[in-house]
Amino acid sequence: MKQHKKGLALWLAAILALLAGALLTGSPGHSEGVQEAMRDAVLHDINQVSLFGLKDVNPGLISAFTVTAILLIAALCIRIFVIPRFQFRPGKFQMILEEAVGLFDGMARSSSPHRSRFVGAYIFAAGAYIFVGTLFELLGLQAVTTHGHSITLPAPLSDINAAIAMGTLSYLVIVSGGIAGNGPKGIGKALKEFSLPISMSFRLFGALLSGLLVTELVYYYVNLSFVLPVIVGVMFTLLHALIQTYVLTMLTALYYGEVSEPSPPKEKKKKAKKAA
Amino acid sequence: MPLNIDWQQILLHWMNLAILVGGLYFILFKPVKQFMEKRDAYYREKDEEAEAKLAEADRIKAEYQAKLDAADEEIRQARAKSQQAAQQAAEEQLTRAQAQAQQLLVHARTEAEHDKEQILRSSQRELRRLAAAATKKLAMEKDPFDQFLDLAEEGAKHEER
Repeated sequence: MKQHKKGLALWLAAILALLAGALLTGSPGHSEGVQEAMRDAVLHDINQVSLFGLKDVNPGLISAFTVTAILLIAALCIRIFVIPRFQFRPGKFQMILEEAVGLFDGMARSSSPHRSRFVGAYIFAAGAYIFVGTLFELLGLQAVTTHGHSITLPAPLSDINAAIAMGTLSYLVIVSGGIAGNGPKGIGKALKEFSLPISMSFRLFGALLSGLLVTELVYYYVNLSFVLPVIVGVMFTLLHALIQTYVLTMLTALYYGEVSEPSPPKEKKKKAKKAA
Repeated sequence: MPLNIDWQQILLHWMNLAILVGGLYFILFKPVKQFMEKRDAYYREKDEEAEAKLAEADRIKAEYQAKLDAADEEIRQARAKSQQAAQQAAEEQLTRAQAQAQQLLVHARTEAEHDKEQILRSSQRELRRLAAAATKKLAMEKDPFDQFLDLAEEGAKHEER
């Protein structure tokens, strides 16, 4: 009981000391205002990161590469250490993996019954990328800007370029489904939905950006940066991750199924022939 | 470009996504899906095997049921046949017994007739013999009236004493 009380007192003392330290520590000198922070969060035109000394890029691209690396390394570890030990009666981790694969594969099969193999693989990867990429901002990984400042790497899709890439790639996948299913007619079918890449891109960008802006605002003011980020940051990010993953994958599978569905043969010609 | 859109970075994002899609497909999605399909096929095969065994069991059951039905039919026929045979034997026996009884009756009647005749003959013979004996006796013995008188005299002597 005494040990318990001591531990509690130590924990409270550590919290108070850290709070005092945070309040007493002076400003690092020049710090960007909230307007600058907001503008940079949207445009990424100030805080850029050097990509292996080749080019200055938005931090979102570095985040994207990091997320891809994390996902591929995790997949490789699973492939080497877990998948060979798969059993017909699955364990917990195997069930999670099978559930994830089955979820996207089932979504592809139900939305696009004629041609689901490729779109299943694509939405699995896209879903994993959006989900992990959105949660990635919670890690708070740091990068150094070209100006020498330290910044937290944002979610990849809060960068407009990443969102456009995701939206347009999804649209290209849909177009490829149309071509594979209906040939040149499929392109026409897919082009009817010309607003799709724009809507997909900006939906992703807007959703992720709004989360980022709220978090930025909360973090910007010291008074709000205690306790509240636990709710705002974690809960909003989790919700974003789930909702955006579901929306993009579902839309992609749905449109893919629609454009790849073989068109029924025309009745008019047959009728005309019969009449002749 | 407005909104800091950079085509070079978009292409880099595409490349990144292409690597991710291909990598995840070959490293994770395909093997897990293959395993799931393998398990499905295994259980489908087991299911088919079980169904085949069930069908075989049903077939054997039907076969044995047919055999049982045939045996029942055979038993029924044998029973009917044996019943018929028993009835026929009983009827034959009855007919024989009736014939025998008739024969016995005729025989008894004949015998009775014969006995009757014999008794009649013997009684006639006895009657004749008795008649002869009585005649003879009558011829040999005193006149009954004389006998009566003798007896009456003897009776008077008795009273005198």
